[in-house]
Amino acid sequence: MKDAIIEVYGLFHSYGDFEAVKGITFNVYRGEIFSFLGPNGAGKSTTINVLTTLLPLQKGRVLVNGYDLRREKRKVRESIGIVFQDEVLDGDLTVWETLEFHGRIYGMPKKERRERIEEMLKLAELEKKVNERVKYLSGGMRRRLEISRGLMTRPDVLFLDEPTLGLDPQTRYRIWEYIRKVNKEGTTIFLTTHYMEEADLLSDRISIIDHGRIIISGTSEELKNSIGSDLIYLETKNSEKGKEVASSFKEVKNVKDSSRGLEISLQADGRRFLPKLIIALEKSGVDIESISLKKPTLDDVFLHYTGRELRDGGPEDRIKAIAMKRRRR
Amino acid sequence: MNTAFLTVYWRDMIRFRRFRPMLFSTLIQPILWMAFFGIGMSSNFDKFSQFAMLPPGIRSVDYLTFMAAGVIAMTTLFTSLFGGISLLFDKRWGIMKEMLASPMPRTHILWGISLSGVTKALIQATLIMIFGLLIGVEFFSGFTLARIIIAVLGIALFVTIFSLGFLFLSAGITMRLESMEGVQGIMTLLTMPLFFSSNALYPIESFPSWLRVISVVNPLTYLVKGIRYFAIGNDFFAMGTHYSYSLQEILTSLIVLIIFSAITYVFAWVTFRKAVVT
Ligand SMILES: Nc1ncnc2c1ncn2[C@@H]1O[C@H](COP(=O)(O)OP(=O)(O)OP(=O)(O)O)[C@@H](O)[C@H]1O
Ligand SMILES: [Mg+2]
Repeated sequence: MKDAIIEVYGLFHSYGDFEAVKGITFNVYRGEIFSFLGPNGAGKSTTINVLTTLLPLQKGRVLVNGYDLRREKRKVRESIGIVFQDEVLDGDLTVWETLEFHGRIYGMPKKERRERIEEMLKLAELEKKVNERVKYLSGGMRRRLEISRGLMTRPDVLFLDEPTLGLDPQTRYRIWEYIRKVNKEGTTIFLTTHYMEEADLLSDRISIIDHGRIIISGTSEELKNSIGSDLIYLETKNSEKGKEVASSFKEVKNVKDSSRGLEISLQADGRRFLPKLIIALEKSGVDIESISLKKPTLDDVFLHYTGRELRDGGPEDRIKAIAMKRRRR
Repeated sequence: MNTAFLTVYWRDMIRFRRFRPMLFSTLIQPILWMAFFGIGMSSNFDKFSQFAMLPPGIRSVDYLTFMAAGVIAMTTLFTSLFGGISLLFDKRWGIMKEMLASPMPRTHILWGISLSGVTKALIQATLIMIFGLLIGVEFFSGFTLARIIIAVLGIALFVTIFSLGFLFLSAGITMRLESMEGVQGIMTLLTMPLFFSSNALYPIESFPSWLRVISVVNPLTYLVKGIRYFAIGNDFFAMGTHYSYSLQEILTSLIVLIIFSAITYVFAWVTFRKAVVT
């Protein structure tokens, strides 16, 4: 059994009578990068806010670094670092003052604090900006500053709530590098995201969350394999007949309707199977409008289990990015 | 000892220095009050007071001197009541989440912000006294150096306790509300009755009884008493009214202010302990 640094049992959270988190149970192992992948409103931030003591624990049992979230809040707070979804910075402070303030409220002794500030500046590549006011930094720099601030106290777990939301691809890529580096140095990472590639490329394990429930958990490979080694999407007017034909093959694991037509998941090599399927469909008089073969992605996994698409960079995403900018002073 | 509140204080003072419009208005406003209201009104009131019967042997004080104590008190009230508002900025655009998620005890946020409010109030009080003396306010007249020092310390003590009381109140209210409009609304609603039912700018001896009841529970009345006692003396005549304060009365005023601050502290403490941020 691996060593769990976060243990969550039956966590519920509601705002008034709206249930945002509906009883989730999961573990995060020491040293790993763990992701919550889910669309807007899934309950990711709510979970993080409860785990980081910003929201009260209404129902459920949570251990963080071995400390009970209900009784040992102070110990939990000492064990963690957080990067919030919204920007939490004071634009009128300089980069140095931002880090100094953080170290001081966490009670770090002066010598250690000053050493860590130097280290963090190097890590975040902000050495040249030490005395710059935070409001004059670029969005990516501010995010790097927030992440290194979260790391400054050497927390056992670092919570990252949508660390690259609203950033351009290049900056996003650099922040991923940065997160990997931090993780290699021994910090456990719990991140939330609604970007598929972010979860896929970065995490050791993923939980897909939707409407306040965990739908499935595992490594990216496990999740993808759970819906078949290859996927075929078939668009046809005669989907009943198509379903019947496809289901008759032993290579086919499962057939179901989806927003992209029939989703045929396979337990065999799709490249060899596709010609067989096409011939059989034609023989049975099923007219094929389009057919495609692909390796499953996390998007497909999400689609498979929820019947909906998990979109990257949709309109909501852009609106949020704008809203985030506007919230800055 | 955990000194995290000094960090919160340090940071709030940085913001105070860097946010020019705020710094400017904090420093200029009380001086404007003295310059315009003080000088303007005293030219009126002093005309009336000439006709008042002056009991022999009692020092008569002009209106400018009388109201200078009131302006110190009033400025302290405004600065303290609005002092908690920086918490609202932190909550909506700033680092409140960082502070709440940290292992620092939450009362340190309250103490840090409050100390910075007290600092501002003391700076303002000092400015008013200096500017006042320059334009002819007769504070500390005939005092020995030792007595002046005691007087200044006494005023500082009263201002500090009073200021803390209203800062706690303001911080507690601000932490419970979400919008700037709401906070400003409540604060404005509080200032009016506090201000006009006090003895800051005119005597309250001839108030109708219901208004006097309000003035008795009004902390501002006690602050003004304390300031006048230390700055002017224990026996003087102003605006047609004879003022004489016993030491016991002044001690009682101080105790009233301490009780008031203790109550608002409990209110703020409860609020901070429960505070969540979404
Ligand atoms: N303070 C609040 N009061 C009422 N409802 C809330 C509050 N905060 C969140 N919710 C609701 O709870 C649900 C979960 O919100 P949460 O912020 O946890 O989602 P999320 O997964 O972080 O989404 P996103 O990707 O948009 O950040 C949403 O339906 C949201 O509207
Ligand atoms: Mg969120």
